[in-house]
Amino acid sequence: MAFTLYSLLQAALLVVNAIAVLHEERFLRHVGWGSDQGIGGFGEEPGIKAQLTNLIRSVRTVMRVPLIAVNSVTIILLLLFG
Amino acid sequence: MADPHPLFDDTSAAGGGGGAQPGRGYGGPPPVSSPYPPPASFLREPVSSLAVVYGSSLASQGRDIVDRNLDRFIPLGRLKYYFAVDTVYVGRKLGLLIFPFVHQVRGVRYQQDTPVAPRFDVNAPDLDIPVMAFVTYILVASLALGTQNKFSPDSLGLQASSALAWLIMEVLAVLLSLYLVTVNTDLTTINLITFAGYKYVGREVSPLLQNSRVWGQPPLGFCPPPSDTRV
Repeated sequence: MAFTLYSLLQAALLVVNAIAVLHEERFLRHVGWGSDQGIGGFGEEPGIKAQLTNLIRSVRTVMRVPLIAVNSVTIILLLLFG
Repeated sequence: MADPHPLFDDTSAAGGGGGAQPGRGYGGPPPVSSPYPPPASFLREPVSSLAVVYGSSLASQGRDIVDRNLDRFIPLGRLKYYFAVDTVYVGRKLGLLIFPFVHQVRGVRYQQDTPVAPRFDVNAPDLDIPVMAFVTYILVASLALGTQNKFSPDSLGLQASSALAWLIMEVLAVLLSLYLVTVNTDLTTINLITFAGYKYVGREVSPLLQNSRVWGQPPLGFCPPPSDTRV
């Protein structure tokens, strides 16, 4: 069972990269998960879809710059050490 | 500088005086070889004193930032409450974990801003039992591997890292679910870690009580285990 911390880190990096490439206009809007698509009334509880949409949008905003750095470091390390 | 900076007095004699740059510690006196100038002479230049002051201010700033951010994610000041246990509590809690059916009063008895030290309330979560149980689980799993002749010293580290990775995944899954259903809860991340860690206690007790694959043979003389089992 080789599920190590290192593979967890790899998986996390890949998942965050995957979330970062979900483009708002070209893709999410057609699915119905765009950021301006009727999230719901002001006073009511946001549903799960609204929470997911918010999560995707915030992950994309926050992780954009650190992802560049982490990806570059990962590429260099993998090139050097295989 | 005519006056040596107090940080740099006698670094060669006393050995292990304060470091010039942040983050570098001296393990012993720096080697002094005769053709070269003594190591502290470059520190008497005026520019280096500026560099020293700048470096130490950077170090204290960096430490402040790290402390503040670390405190935001893992409240280190509260960690000590989770380790404030005594043997009576541990005994009762282990009994509760193995046999929870007789317990009458659930839920911590009084709410405060600081977490309740487990010494005062059996229901309070603690980090001592999960940490011990985690290490014991790794040892029991390695023992089980050893009785099947599959053990090697690397597998210890592999088991530990694997178990830790699953623990992190579980805590992240619970956190994600809590966020998605917008539950207003008092549960902190550390509480989630403690509750996830309690399962290691049961994880060790059951193989020991079972038709035991840990020992490679039945503990109480019942039906023999199949030969290709793993814990």
